[in-house]
Amino acid sequence: MALKPAIELRNITKTFGSIVANKDVSLTVDRGEILSILGENGSGKTTLMNMLAGIYFPDHGEIFINGEEVVIKSPKDSFAHGIGMIHQHFKLVDVFSAVENIVLGIEEKGRYNLKESAKAIKKICDAYGFEIDLNKKIYEMSVSEKQTVEIIKVLYRGADILILDEPTAVLTPHETSKLFNVMRNMKKDGKSIIIITHKLNEVLEISDKVSVLRKGVYIGTINTADADESILTEMMVGKKVDLNIERADIENKEDRLIIENISYNNREGVNILNHVNFTAKSGEILGIAGIAGSGQRELLESIAGLRHLSSGSILYNNAETGEKENLRDKTPLQIREMGIRLSFVPEDRLGMGLVANMDIIDNMTLRSYKKGKSVFVEKKAPTDLANEIIEELEVVTPSAKTPVRRLSGGNVQKVLVGREIKANPKVLMVAYPVRGLDINSSYMIYSLLNEQKEKGTSVIFVGEDLDVLIELCDRIVVISSGEISGIVDARNTTKEEIGVLMTKGRSADSNEK
Amino acid sequence: MVVAFIQRAVVQGIPLLFGSTGEILTEKSGNLNLGTAGVMYVGGICGVIGGFFYEQNAAHMNSFLAVLIPLLCSIIGSAIMGYIYALLTVTLKANQNVTGLALTTFGVGFGNFFGGSLIKLSGLDVPSITLSKTSLCFKTSLPFADKLGVVGDILFSYSFLAYVAIIIAVVVSLYFNKTRSGLKLRAVGENPATADAAGVNVERYKYVSIILGSIIAGFGGLYYVMDYACGVWSNDGFGDRGWLAIALVIFAIWRPNISIFGSILFGGLFIIHNYIPGLGMGTQELFKMAPYAVTIIVLVIISMLQKREFQPPASLGLSYFREER
Amino acid sequence: MKNKEKVSEPLFHIVKRGNLPTTKSWLIRIVSIVAALIVCGIVTVLVTGENPFEVYGTMISGAVGTERKIWSTAQNTAILLCISLAVTPAFKMKFWNIGAEGQVLMGALASATCMIFLGDKIPNWALILVMVVASIIAGAIWGFIPAFFKANWNTNETLFTLMMNYIAIQIVSYFVFEWSVPAGSGHIGIINPTSNAGWFPTIFGQKYFCNVAIVIVLTVIMYIYLKYSKHGYELSVVGGSENTAKYIGINVKKVVIRTMILSGALCGIAGLLMVAGTDHTVTRDTAGGRGFTAIMVSWLAKFNPIYMILTALLIVFLQKGAGEISMIFGLNESFADILTGIIIFFIIGSEFFINYKLKFREKTKEVKD
Repeated sequence: MALKPAIELRNITKTFGSIVANKDVSLTVDRGEILSILGENGSGKTTLMNMLAGIYFPDHGEIFINGEEVVIKSPKDSFAHGIGMIHQHFKLVDVFSAVENIVLGIEEKGRYNLKESAKAIKKICDAYGFEIDLNKKIYEMSVSEKQTVEIIKVLYRGADILILDEPTAVLTPHETSKLFNVMRNMKKDGKSIIIITHKLNEVLEISDKVSVLRKGVYIGTINTADADESILTEMMVGKKVDLNIERADIENKEDRLIIENISYNNREGVNILNHVNFTAKSGEILGIAGIAGSGQRELLESIAGLRHLSSGSILYNNAETGEKENLRDKTPLQIREMGIRLSFVPEDRLGMGLVANMDIIDNMTLRSYKKGKSVFVEKKAPTDLANEIIEELEVVTPSAKTPVRRLSGGNVQKVLVGREIKANPKVLMVAYPVRGLDINSSYMIYSLLNEQKEKGTSVIFVGEDLDVLIELCDRIVVISSGEISGIVDARNTTKEEIGVLMTKGRSADSNEK
Repeated sequence: MVVAFIQRAVVQGIPLLFGSTGEILTEKSGNLNLGTAGVMYVGGICGVIGGFFYEQNAAHMNSFLAVLIPLLCSIIGSAIMGYIYALLTVTLKANQNVTGLALTTFGVGFGNFFGGSLIKLSGLDVPSITLSKTSLCFKTSLPFADKLGVVGDILFSYSFLAYVAIIIAVVVSLYFNKTRSGLKLRAVGENPATADAAGVNVERYKYVSIILGSIIAGFGGLYYVMDYACGVWSNDGFGDRGWLAIALVIFAIWRPNISIFGSILFGGLFIIHNYIPGLGMGTQELFKMAPYAVTIIVLVIISMLQKREFQPPASLGLSYFREER
Repeated sequence: MKNKEKVSEPLFHIVKRGNLPTTKSWLIRIVSIVAALIVCGIVTVLVTGENPFEVYGTMISGAVGTERKIWSTAQNTAILLCISLAVTPAFKMKFWNIGAEGQVLMGALASATCMIFLGDKIPNWALILVMVVASIIAGAIWGFIPAFFKANWNTNETLFTLMMNYIAIQIVSYFVFEWSVPAGSGHIGIINPTSNAGWFPTIFGQKYFCNVAIVIVLTVIMYIYLKYSKHGYELSVVGGSENTAKYIGINVKKVVIRTMILSGALCGIAGLLMVAGTDHTVTRDTAGGRGFTAIMVSWLAKFNPIYMILTALLIVFLQKGAGEISMIFGLNESFADILTGIIIFFIIGSEFFINYKLKFREKTKEVKD
């Protein structure tokens, strides 16, 4: 007897305004099966799963659970069909304890009694080997503790279809293998699991089947047993892409930015950067590799003058005067007033680099509005600059007066990178500059960075795609839990070498503090 | 005199307690209702309208009906106010501050308009709106109160609505901390996206808590007219008590059980100038500043302490749209 | 196959609009105002029993029926507009200053104080100059205090400014009693009734001319300040994204405090206009709720000073018109507030249809049998 699939999606389409997030996606998951959904950033994996979780509602298409057509209007409907999703951005209430978060939204029979619930939850924890203080408040927890709470929440609810959205992005290798063991146990219980990821090794390790999405379009599904990395990559990116990024060799490099022994603790007093040392040189692209959230963001923001360090110094080597100037505890404005041209393309483009509600011209004005003694903002130069960037970088926009929030991700990034490069920087820091961009836009960004390098700029590039880091950069600093675990020569390294350094974890002595 | 002072402080505090309990219930759902002042006016005047027509038309007043009719009218009036606010801010996602202020304009206007024009509109020939009979029914206190001496005076000498206020505050407090539904409501106010993902019907929780909150706040207006003002409606007589109720919410750091004592303290601060001999008229006015000043101090202290448990609900003032991205 | 029919689909769901042409969005707003006026008409007819056209006729004549009424409407619009201008920079910065009421009162009190104590001691021009400075400082201080705490400890400004209103009211009450004429009456009464010291001069036979002219100038200045000045640009950036502001090197604390000082100072000027140009006295009701109404005026105009002239006029027109109706029909003057409330409900409700649209689910499948 052929069992009906646990989940079947038929021709699901979802659009946001003019952006097509999913187009005619169809896939199936059987009982006791682990399906990976593989795709690059921005390929529509999360959107698709959010429609199963009741967060979004499809424009077209049907969803079948155990062979019956269902309509999932809300997360509540989703639960009713036994679906539990663990979102990448945790859906937890910060001021609640773990227990309160876990029982939230569960219709249990009997009286509301947190102590009783805690006992039942404890059983699940013991069964799967989770170690967690259930009365701890979420805002006091680490990222991996929060994820554990999320997983317990779904398990406690007794979901038989689990969706995990990039669950390993924030985990150490040890935690990851623990998670995979849990997943295998659940599979044995006959549960269906969908795991969203873009890490090929995980796909091959854990899943039975792989479905691939590319730019919102469903490409196909194959059994993991028949797959290998090159087949999957090809499905993911279309044709097999040899990145072929050009890399020039620059002579006469000099030290431009010397990071000496810097440490940073966040507001809650948690140590984020621990005695970081490296030097960025002129005429090179210095890559920074690491698992998401290892301190990359804080590192760049510290250099840009946005965070107060607890120790160390950031020395700018002024080639003209031969003096070394310390940028520590200087504000962005002070740095600019010192005549140091430091450009920064932050990770959060609309939340930090640009103002979403302002038009392109006003966003160009950000860097230059202070110039001159007049009390009024000078608009001529920014207008010219906006038109120049729109033309040179082929920004698709109705006009220079369009608010940037209406532009697509790639065009937003061109506006931001364009502005930062046009400031003629001596140091250019970019964080995940090609995230969410199509191939063409990505290559345009790479060549812009290369151009800067050839002009003698010191480029610091925080990236996530190791292939890109290896082909684009000259040297790569690997950061792990806020510490530098190694600096490698990009021309003579391998993905494996960097991968090992990335997951090295904290050195023993620093943990004792 | 101390006993009298405490009694007056309690009587002053009860409308504030109703108002703040209602507002806390509303704010816990993430909605800052600055229309509470207006809602309390409407709750009061609707009770007055109901009582007025009953008193004018009934040959023999039944004391049960004399209480029930104003009470129901008050509930209906306040609930409609709450519904308007919820419709605009929850369904239509309008700005909460602007909506709340408009609601106050409307509500205070509604109260004063009908307070001032009721006689003319009804065409009845009476000199002023004085519901002394209805008021007497509302003011019935516990029979054994005067037999218990000072303890009786302080604890049992009030009308039934005063006890209702305290009971509601206790019930709401228990509801927040001891029930599953209360947990969900707090989740809605802290992080609606999370509550939504957990299967909580965010819109329904917001609607229910806003409308119930309005009804409770409206009782404050009703208590004021029927008990404190002895059934006499005077325009603007209720004054700024609605805003004081919002101040009390902060003072009580969003906990209705603290609000019970807070309301008596505020009530006391509000009238203490009458009990300090030798104060000039001007100085008395300065004393009336005390509740507001105390609230500001509390507000500043909780913001300096940064303790998460003392902060306002995290999504207070923001509207929620599920597909926001 | 009965199951098939049981599948229930939501009739529609809400989607955020990408972009609505300006003409269309104004059409929605105008439709909502018309709808509101119809509802107001119905309410008025129900209360008065008159036919609706007569009612609107009464409203119009109440607001602009005579030259005196036109000036009174203009004067009221000017004051409301002035306070609306004052709160706007704060709102653009996403700082919810609902303390205009108190800031206006402090400005009014400062002006009145100067008039009482310096009225016969210095020349009139010097007195008015001192009053201007004093009212600006008083309003600015009242704006500075909550901004200081917001900037340093992120203290909730909505609640803080709200409380500051009542502190101001009680301070004014105190001085009203202390300085009452005759002593103990609880009223200050008209200040300098014979010398008219500190009163704005009557120009072209109009005592409100100064007020209206000053506010027109302020409107233009505020429009330019917000749109073209560096300060205006900075506060828009802070309102748009605080992180971007920090990233670009804007001192957010400084901008917050500076903008609130400006906001408070302008409220102080509104207080001055009330005392020197209108009432020639101060009471605890000098601001009269305008501090709150101004928030709605500013918000309805999308923080644009030029549109604000229209929204302020709309509100004042309604209040005057409704006032006339209540006078003629012997009703309470608060009738105006009810109509104002209804209009605002409609306009804020209509914003939803500008920002969102209802999307009806398309039928994708045939009914199979």
